Amino acid sequence: MENAQQEINETVKSNNVVLFMKGTKAAPQCGFSNKVSGILNYMGVDFKDINVLGDESIREGIKIYSDWPTVPQLYVNGEFVGGCDIITEMTLSGELDTLLEEQKIPYDKEAADKIRATNS
Amino acid sequence: MAMQAKEIENLIKETFPKAKITITDLAGDGNHYAAEVTDESFRGKNRVQQQRAVYAALKGKMDGSNGELHALALTTKVPN
Repeated sequence: MENAQQEINETVKSNNVVLFMKGTKAAPQCGFSNKVSGILNYMGVDFKDINVLGDESIREGIKIYSDWPTVPQLYVNGEFVGGCDIITEMTLSGELDTLLEEQKIPYDKEAADKIRATNS
Repeated sequence: MAMQAKEIENLIKETFPKAKITITDLAGDGNHYAAEVTDESFRGKNRVQQQRAVYAALKGKMDGSNGELHALALTTKVPN
């Protein structure tokens, strides 16, 4: 249990953008994980994907770590940003762009605009 | 193990008695719901804090593979 918390903390702190998800970014295994990894992929954000289905201690541990009951979970520069609903809302409102800019994470602004144009 | 929309609403109401709550059964299977919660207590909190409070109100119903509720698409709002 403690090891899992330590491992999660190290992963979160040593990568600029981390997504804990079901499946991998190449092969998501849940609709919600697919949506968030799809947004990040499309926006050209370089992120580390952690498949919680591969490790039960991480799957349960991540919920304790963030005090958040669901997966996917997105972390930027060590901070928990949100799950699927929050990331979707932030993408459409442009808040995700602002966050990425503030945190100096490279992304494709045109792609983000395209998502908004298609979903407005 | 499915859950009724009314049960979800009641659980949220216990913690947020004055909230405006709308529950939608997305797939008609009693397992995939959308909830929109509008409450004054959300003012000044960010989305993560708002939604954490709603999850807390659901008292573990969403916990893991044993949870009664597999998916709840959550939207939280502050009243206008």
